[in-house]
Amino acid sequence: MSDIDKKSGSWRVTRRGFLMKAGIGLGALGLGAYLSKGVVRRKIAEMVDNATMPYDNDEGPTVWFEIKEDNTVVFHNSKVEMGQGIHTALGQIVAEELGIDWAQLRVVTASTDRGPTDPRSTGGSDSVSSLWQPLRELAAEMRQMLINSGARLLGVEPAMVSAEKGVVKTAGGKSMTYGEIVQQTTEWESPDEKPELRTADNVQFIGKSMPRVDIEEKVKGKPMYGIDGTFPNMLYGAIAYPTVVGATFKSAQPGKANEIPGVVKVVIEDDFAGVVAQTRTAAEKGKEALEVEWNIPKRWTQQELTDMLKVGEGEDIVIQDEGDARSLLDSQDTLQSEYSTPMAAHAQLEPNGAVAWVQPNQVDILISTQVAKITRTEVAQALGMKEEQVNIQPMYVGGGFGRRLHSPHAVQVARLSQAVRRPVHCFFERKEEFQNGYLRPPTNHLLKAKLAEGKVEAFEHNVSSGDVAFPSPMFPAWAKPIVGADFGAWRGGRVFYDITNKRTVSWRARIPVYTSWWRGLGLLANSFALESFMDELAHTAKKDAFSFRMNHLGDNEASTRMKGVLQAVADATRWATYAVPGRALGMACSTDVRTPVAQVAEVSVVDGQIKVHKITCAIDAGLAVNPDGIKAQCEGAIMMALSSALKEGLYLDENGELGPTMYGAYPMLSLRDAPEVEVIILQTGDSPRGVGEPPMGPVAPAVANALFKLTGQRLRELPLKIV
Amino acid sequence: MDIQFKLNGIDHKVDADPEMPLLWVLRDVLNLKGTKFGCGRAACGACTVQLDGAALRSCSLPVRYAAGKNIRTIEGLNGKGDSLHPVQKAWIEEQVPQCGYCQSGFMMATAALLDSNPNPSDEDIDNALTNICRCGTYHRIRKAIHKAASLAR
Repeated sequence: MSDIDKKSGSWRVTRRGFLMKAGIGLGALGLGAYLSKGVVRRKIAEMVDNATMPYDNDEGPTVWFEIKEDNTVVFHNSKVEMGQGIHTALGQIVAEELGIDWAQLRVVTASTDRGPTDPRSTGGSDSVSSLWQPLRELAAEMRQMLINSGARLLGVEPAMVSAEKGVVKTAGGKSMTYGEIVQQTTEWESPDEKPELRTADNVQFIGKSMPRVDIEEKVKGKPMYGIDGTFPNMLYGAIAYPTVVGATFKSAQPGKANEIPGVVKVVIEDDFAGVVAQTRTAAEKGKEALEVEWNIPKRWTQQELTDMLKVGEGEDIVIQDEGDARSLLDSQDTLQSEYSTPMAAHAQLEPNGAVAWVQPNQVDILISTQVAKITRTEVAQALGMKEEQVNIQPMYVGGGFGRRLHSPHAVQVARLSQAVRRPVHCFFERKEEFQNGYLRPPTNHLLKAKLAEGKVEAFEHNVSSGDVAFPSPMFPAWAKPIVGADFGAWRGGRVFYDITNKRTVSWRARIPVYTSWWRGLGLLANSFALESFMDELAHTAKKDAFSFRMNHLGDNEASTRMKGVLQAVADATRWATYAVPGRALGMACSTDVRTPVAQVAEVSVVDGQIKVHKITCAIDAGLAVNPDGIKAQCEGAIMMALSSALKEGLYLDENGELGPTMYGAYPMLSLRDAPEVEVIILQTGDSPRGVGEPPMGPVAPAVANALFKLTGQRLRELPLKIV
Repeated sequence: MDIQFKLNGIDHKVDADPEMPLLWVLRDVLNLKGTKFGCGRAACGACTVQLDGAALRSCSLPVRYAAGKNIRTIEGLNGKGDSLHPVQKAWIEEQVPQCGYCQSGFMMATAALLDSNPNPSDEDIDNALTNICRCGTYHRIRKAIHKAASLAR
């Protein structure tokens, strides 16, 4: 299924990703085996857990890099900046291989018209790891082309010139800047040979904590996020959304909307109704005045949801099965625990929406999105236009966390613009963000284990969850029957310890709430269950939680790296000798996108309230491109996970509506609750690994395990509450 | 209706619905996009500006209440020319922002705090800064506030 792109060069071999590869492997096994689930599905699960998607690039260096006359280099980034520091980290890679000064670099997010267009999305913690090789090759190729052209213009052989700080020069002192070379070059020729890449002993930016390229703009309030987008003559829109889960649009009447000053047009379509006005205030008032009728097939209750979610209720797929866990655990001395986590919101500060300008042959959309390509396709299809007629300009994203991986509102805003033939700016209210987007799914976990001679002989994890990847347009329908279980839901759920008999079963609960991507996908919930239960087993076996974990990790690569991060946090927190009255330490670890993370939480309880003083985190990031950027990602992920561990939950009320729907009422971590964080970065190997999501895993179980030590209470439900 | 106020040191007169929140007047009428919308209910602090020197959540203040007042936004936080305010300098030194969306609000609230309390304790900071940052930059914000206090001295 891999096809060679127009141009040669190994990085240009188009790869369709592991799912497609899995499909090829399956073909070889024959269609019977393909559909017989079992072994094949478990193999896929293992691949999904361990693989990172290759970056499917088919755009050349001159699309990625634009060199200006004044010798600044504009790096058109296919990845959006949503706080993860991707403009900076990838900028370092570009500056390194292109041979330019840091001050020459400008980074912008590429529009779909200009390119390069990301083949999939910004997400999955793989922007640096998947672009590490192709981006270095692209920049090195660009540099070689500049050398070749510069040498020609200087009248010497390419071997006679050097290139650094954006200048090509001869030994004799003749020189041209990249900017000058570009001005005088009309055709670019790919170098015959692949240029050599820099080695670790020959780098000036990679591995250094370069300051964020967006920092000065950001402290001046200058960056343009989706909501800051404007077009000439722009109007403001507001769209009516249902408050009841599962409700759909039936019909609408304008009511008194047209009488509100500033309202330009009431737009009533087959599937939605909205108002376009001169100001946002008028559009909102107009929306309130609409008379909308909703189809409400049923008002679901929280109890019904909880019942549907129980392990044993949904459809089950075995995704891991080694040894003979099942029969070993069918005995009286089997230990068993049940864990659960609630729905949660992304609660990113910038609401979703878009600024759309639909003209007869051209559509322009300014939007905070992690999926520009999918959004372009959806808008083009909805308006009956060609994809080339739709330009998506991804803006700075005011918080992603997975909430920008589907942007169906772009279609609605485009249709408002089409209706009024003017640009329209339309964004969710906060209540709509909570009720009309998608959420982290609730989960229920049943864990079983058997101990023998102080070690785990058999371990089984059953995870039941709402959907994560399945509802996404990123996940092709044909792949669902092959993989069987939603890999997003069970992410982080497979047993990573070296236990002979282990088994993981993924249960799919078809709950009525729209659930999907959320930072780390299932990692937070699954790690909470697995690592709390591991702590229970250590306690039952009367073993220290650190040495118990180490004793279940062997000598393979993944386990060796896991032992490395565990040892690092144990050393940093003086685990063995720690004794502070009124406080306790708890430990947990997890692995995600092949990045192991271990954490120790230092916790106390004051007046029944949980106080987390410090979290010490060790992460094996592979090669660290920007250590301070990795540190910031760890700090942020830890705060988000701690907020879930201690506070957050979204539930159905008696009317079948989701709530709470406002900050404050929806409890979140604040500055007052934020603990000290220490991050230790280990670097095994010579390429970068993902860091944005992996630190989400150990937080909740580390805190819960500390609370058990402190109070004797084993808390098996998030958010954690001392009873 | 015409409403007059001073904005970042300059007299302004705007023609707007007097009930329109100050936030939308700043953003949509005056085209100053640095002040952000988060919730519309004064619950998150993303829209924080200074009104006569005090931190205020502009999403919930009808613009008529701003008449005759002195308003300062992130665009007016730094002094003349390119010089940065101590809060901005500290924010850069500690590399605080991630997505950055909430940071205008945090910086305006911090600047107001430091004007009234040049050397705040952690407790003072906890009480004054109730804004929300979903990226979780709290750890660095606290460090940056202390640093800004020392830079301002």
